[in-house]
Amino acid sequence: MADTNVKQEIDARGSACPGPLMELIRGIKASGTGDVVAVLSSDPGSNKDIPDWVEKIGYELVANEDHGDYHRFVVRKSK
Amino acid sequence: MHRIVIIGGGPGGTITANHLAEGLAGEIRAGKVEVTLLTDQPEQVYKPGFLYLALGLEAPEHIHRPVRELVSPYIQVRIEHVSRVDTANRQVMVDGGESYPFDQLIVASGARLDPAATPGLKEAGDWFYDEEASKRLHAKLEKLEKGRIVVSVIGVPHMCPVAPLEITFMLDDWLRRRGRRDAVELAYTYPINRTHSIVQCAEWATPEMLQRGVHIETFFNVEAIDPEEKVLRSMEGTELPFDVLIAVPEHRSAAYLEESGLLQSGWVPTDRETLAVKGQEGIWALGDTTDLPVSKAGSVAHYQSSHLAKNVIAHYYGVGPVARYDGKTICFVEAGLDRATFIEFNYQRPPRVPEPTKMIHWAKLAYNNAYWLTAKGAL
Repeated sequence: MADTNVKQEIDARGSACPGPLMELIRGIKASGTGDVVAVLSSDPGSNKDIPDWVEKIGYELVANEDHGDYHRFVVRKSK
Repeated sequence: MHRIVIIGGGPGGTITANHLAEGLAGEIRAGKVEVTLLTDQPEQVYKPGFLYLALGLEAPEHIHRPVRELVSPYIQVRIEHVSRVDTANRQVMVDGGESYPFDQLIVASGARLDPAATPGLKEAGDWFYDEEASKRLHAKLEKLEKGRIVVSVIGVPHMCPVAPLEITFMLDDWLRRRGRRDAVELAYTYPINRTHSIVQCAEWATPEMLQRGVHIETFFNVEAIDPEEKVLRSMEGTELPFDVLIAVPEHRSAAYLEESGLLQSGWVPTDRETLAVKGQEGIWALGDTTDLPVSKAGSVAHYQSSHLAKNVIAHYYGVGPVARYDGKTICFVEAGLDRATFIEFNYQRPPRVPEPTKMIHWAKLAYNNAYWLTAKGAL
């Protein structure tokens, strides 16, 4: 499991697209610069949506862990 | 006496009440069951009408009906503002100190707007998700001779997910009919990397917008609005100036649900098939207030209500849930001022977006009036 300094972990499993991405955005909005937020998603669309958004906004995708029936995305609000 | 309390006088509350009145008529007449509907609004408002109100295409008096006229005489209607649900003692507390004990509770209190959650929105933005705001927006649009209108989806999920697409297409036609479209730019923003959360809707809407000359910004999560400069700023670093901002504000559940400990991530955690509130016995939820991955749309509350009523009646007779909601959703989608399309989908089957036609547009206009039969449980 990547990064132990996760400030907030959001369990969005079972939530359909774009639920997990919107949950992540909500978590990031409420975080400070440098904070790390993780989101768990069982929606296959998140595999593209979340990394694409992180790249667009210029944050850091610390990890994208495949846990079989869900992925855990770890994102640092780097600026 | 078995007491069933419904909180909410919108479509979910009234249609469920009428199903219960029909299914439990004998028990209610015999004094064995009492069904009480609590609503803080004596009139139900047909919210899809706001879209037309914002463009001066509908009169406010056409979208109101007294709740008491919509529900069966077997239902006790009380105009009350709920302050809290005491789940431990099974009673609903209302302002003024009165309480309504229940054996079963149905939460149908919808969603509310929270424009204050976005800095600058109340000062500089407009929306068409409530009646007064729709009237204000209409007055502003009538005066706008030139400039830029931005339709911006700020909060997801929100009521009537296709409405931002509809207002964009309708506005384009509306401006063209007034000969102002060359002088008024139209822009549309959405928080994720396409124009709608439902892939099939995005695949239909995006080329339609481009063909109409609508500027599209995706991955646009509004961080703040500068009321002085009239600029929309996104978390992603994009700025978009506007003359009129038509926003979809953040949505929330009713405040009393937070007080009652009935929320999880902002919405009522609900079993997607039985509509039972998770972790509670004899408490049910439907419509916009649930956390279900379905549209916050009137048709959802309508289809859920018949299943929910069957399960409430089964619970009264000591039987487990007998009906399962399959996610059925139907939405008419205006594609301009004289064409519309229609989508139907459920948990398993995604929607298909047929080519918009005049016939579907007329069907939508007809349903806008026929809705009151649905509210009464007759359609």
